[in-house]
Amino acid sequence: MPSLAGPPAARPGDVAGVLRLLVYLVLALVVMVLDHRGGWLATARARAEVAVQPVWWLAQLPSRIGVAVSEDAALRSQLARENRVLRNALLVTGARNARLQAAAVENVRLRALLGGVERNRLDVQLASILDIDLDPTRQRLVLDAGQRDGVQVGQAVIDAGGLMGQVIHTTPATATVLLVTDPDHAVPAVTARSGARVMVHGGGRSDLLRAADIPLSADVREGDVLLTSGLGGRFPAGFPVGVLGVLRADDSRAFLAADVVPAAQLDRGRDVLLLRGYKPATPTPTPPCVPGAAAQDCAPAASTAEAGTTKPAPAVAREATP
Amino acid sequence: MSRARNGWVLPVSLLVALLLGLVPMPDVLQPLRPYWLALVLAYWVLEAPDKVGLGVAFLLGLLADLAFGGLLGEQALRLVVLTFILDRFRARLRFFPMSQQALAIGGLLFNDRVVAMAVHLVLGEVQLPWAFWAAPLVGMVLWAPLHLVLDTLRLQRRG
Repeated sequence: MPSLAGPPAARPGDVAGVLRLLVYLVLALVVMVLDHRGGWLATARARAEVAVQPVWWLAQLPSRIGVAVSEDAALRSQLARENRVLRNALLVTGARNARLQAAAVENVRLRALLGGVERNRLDVQLASILDIDLDPTRQRLVLDAGQRDGVQVGQAVIDAGGLMGQVIHTTPATATVLLVTDPDHAVPAVTARSGARVMVHGGGRSDLLRAADIPLSADVREGDVLLTSGLGGRFPAGFPVGVLGVLRADDSRAFLAADVVPAAQLDRGRDVLLLRGYKPATPTPTPPCVPGAAAQDCAPAASTAEAGTTKPAPAVAREATP
Repeated sequence: MSRARNGWVLPVSLLVALLLGLVPMPDVLQPLRPYWLALVLAYWVLEAPDKVGLGVAFLLGLLADLAFGGLLGEQALRLVVLTFILDRFRARLRFFPMSQQALAIGGLLFNDRVVAMAVHLVLGEVQLPWAFWAAPLVGMVLWAPLHLVLDTLRLQRRG
């Protein structure tokens, strides 16, 4: 077969060589095409690759050894640096952990509050604060729950600490809350220690309430915890309102007045609880009150019922007094 | 007879060449990785033609394809072509000075690249980047030291 011999001076051995070359080339091409088309060869290949695994393992060996050696040869300074970094990380984690613990404690408190509410068979509804309107004449919140969610005017609003205020206006989707710190707001309260009745007015500052018109003879002290009394029918009894500050004589020198630190965290948090299932008393004409010591007994009903009006509540109470 | 001595060098050198082709390398050096298998095979084709021929080249190529995870048969084809050409010019190449031998090997490796490109082109596979055309130069430079090392291993006397 001179045509396959290639070079003119071909020897018989060359012809056989070329033939063998052709055989192997065709074989290689067939295997290639079969593999390319991905036919039965795929499974055969998968089997064969198992046999090649040790080769791969061997090929990876140098880099694995290299990594192991470099790890073993890590300098002391490197270790020290790493140690420092880890210590820092530990501190940060510790701080974070402490914060988490604080959150857990707060959670327990919240749950206790919720539990207390539930024990009193009072239904609550969680609502988020949409907007906050705080200035000396207006202390209000807008919540993201409204008539559609069953919110009604007059519902009491509480938070983890205690009483926050009451709903004074509702739209289908939002509700406006008059905070206890609003100058127009007044809450009838009693001291937890002695049960002495105290009126707590808003002062226009989000961190301060005022207790006024306390009789000189009343059993009140600095540090007394004030709870809602339930008088007046607007708020259920027993929710913390605040803690009495230093007592001092008022302008008339006939009564005592004091600052009250609100129990509710009025300036923080994003969620509040709306009390449900407690029917607020409808505003009724205030019975005539005897001026003086008895003023506290009739003032709460008048002031809380009229709390949503623009006139200061105490003024309403006094107007109602003949 | 030198052939009878150190018979282990042939399979071990081929295996090492296979491993050198698989050893992970930084991406920058990847294109410069010489075709170790072709270099070692070329040495054995030149020095031990009665042991290493087209059949060995074909099987080695298949094994390499399996190990490299490439197209099955591609390296078999390339190594068969390389072996055939080397076998043809063996008588002349063996008596070339080392520099010319290295040049010839470089040419063969370049030809090998062309064959690989043709195969990829015909089968519509992805072409290698242009940087990989530098590998034959590296192979050419490595030929002389490789030849020396393999000669030393093959021909060393047992102590």
